[in-house]
Amino acid sequence: MKKKAIIEKTARIIFLVCAVIAIFAVCSITVYMFIKGAPALKKVGVSDLLFSNKWQPTAKDPSYGILYIILSSIVATAVSVLIGVPIGLLTAVFLSEMAGKKVGNIVGSTVELLAAIPSVIYGLIGMMVLNPFMYKLEKSIFAGDSSHQFTGGSNLMSAIIVLAIMILPTVISISTSSLKAVNGSLRSASLALGATKIQTIFKVVIPSAKSGILTGVVLGIGRALGEAMAINMVAGGAVNLPLPFNSVRTLTTQIVSEMGYSSGLHRQVLFTVGLVLYIFIMIVNYLLLKARRKGCMDE
Amino acid sequence: MNNNNRSRKIKDYFMYALIYICAGFSVILLVGIILYVFAKGIKTVDWSFLTSVTSVLKGTKGIAGNIVNTLIIILITMVIATPIGIGSAIYLNEYAKPGKLVSIIEYATETLAGIPSIIFGLFGMMFFVEKLKLGYSLLAGSFTLILMILPLITRNTQEALKTVPASYRSGAIGLGSGKWHMIRTILIPSAMPGIITGVILAIGRIVGESAALLLTAGSAKLLPQTFEQLLKKPTQSGGTLTIQMYLSATSEGDFDTAFGIAVVLLVIVLLINIGTKALTRHFDVSRKD
Repeated sequence: MKKKAIIEKTARIIFLVCAVIAIFAVCSITVYMFIKGAPALKKVGVSDLLFSNKWQPTAKDPSYGILYIILSSIVATAVSVLIGVPIGLLTAVFLSEMAGKKVGNIVGSTVELLAAIPSVIYGLIGMMVLNPFMYKLEKSIFAGDSSHQFTGGSNLMSAIIVLAIMILPTVISISTSSLKAVNGSLRSASLALGATKIQTIFKVVIPSAKSGILTGVVLGIGRALGEAMAINMVAGGAVNLPLPFNSVRTLTTQIVSEMGYSSGLHRQVLFTVGLVLYIFIMIVNYLLLKARRKGCMDE
Repeated sequence: MNNNNRSRKIKDYFMYALIYICAGFSVILLVGIILYVFAKGIKTVDWSFLTSVTSVLKGTKGIAGNIVNTLIIILITMVIATPIGIGSAIYLNEYAKPGKLVSIIEYATETLAGIPSIIFGLFGMMFFVEKLKLGYSLLAGSFTLILMILPLITRNTQEALKTVPASYRSGAIGLGSGKWHMIRTILIPSAMPGIITGVILAIGRIVGESAALLLTAGSAKLLPQTFEQLLKKPTQSGGTLTIQMYLSATSEGDFDTAFGIAVVLLVIVLLINIGTKALTRHFDVSRKD
């Protein structure tokens, strides 16, 4: 009998330890990001680092301003979400309100597969398909403009399109399940009052699913903000103001492309770039939690 | 009134068209991606591509080394992450009483799931590669990935445990079984399909991962020649398929290899998708009776 009690207690403790590892992991990641990211802020100065747009880490008199990098991340994320969310939401409407079982299954599986494709494949296709197309566009728009620096199509727009496609599955799957969760009697009531199906969808179903849809949007923002490899392959390699035809660096691509050869203060600044990204992600996580809580309260 | 009706109808048709176009878009996108990758890459993929190593000396082009690296990373990561993830889910579902600790653990798990892989890569580089002095190695890469896929396994196991009827638990306890015995003999077997689904999804995530591994596991692509070398491999640098594809497409400019690997990756993704689907279906059927 005593032996059994010991086994029970040991099992409980082991399971508890497993569960606590997640807390431990989050804490150590947070601590490390701050410990490694903070020194450069002190050495370079907060305003010279965060609010200066001069990025010349290998110059004789180096300057480490990451303002353009931060702006590029924000612009790329915001625009890709603005493009991806409407497409995703309408697809979700199709899946939950209109598709029959068979068609719904096909489209649903498609979305799942899109989510599973590794980001480097999106990057590769972006390089081979999007970039040449952008280059053509660039050549016709900026023909004869000597002030424009040609990028060969590796620009902000390519990055935005790739990101918009990559967040689609997230937005679609979360929105679909929240649309499906809307009570059927709301739909019947609306239809019985004489509203058309489209009116019912846009005036009744979507508003009542809005907190779930919001969760999908926030998840999409997080995904776009954190994506590294795919954009690194299509967005070019220069730190620039985020204009459509400029080649840009985002927070993530800055780390991926320079971590390999950087050293000293340059490397520490890259850690600060990581810290800035981490803080953005934590804000997104917090918003996510709020959106979810709101969803629970609405129910 | 009539006029109003007509404009409403036009609006409706317009919205219908938009909805169908958007839904069609994802299907066309997927079909397009698959066709494009296969058209460009299938000619590269043959037996020697899968079983040899790229070497200028021998004039061969192949990804065997990267396949071995990928398998080693999957093995180490899953062997460690699976028990921890399952244990964590069991604690949350079976032992913990709702309270502060549980909500902190769940919040931590969610936060972990929301951290992008590049941050895991940075942390892995600072902690496993430099602080623990593992160097750029498959081991450092695996340890980093453990943290990354832990939430995936925990969540899937939790979902699976939730579907096990409460009567199973009370039945076992009522017959005099201890809690641990009940978990081992009743709960885990009943939740197995869900757990396996989580494991397969995690493997898919590892296969597709790039940013976290680039910063921790490096990019070597040599194939271990002897068994001894294979045993030593985890402590050495090694690039997975995804990493090699990235390098082929960017710094090496070898698009044949890049598309060849893309074909291999897509096939793996498709197989994983079919596998989890079949499991879920099986799971649903066995639940019904």
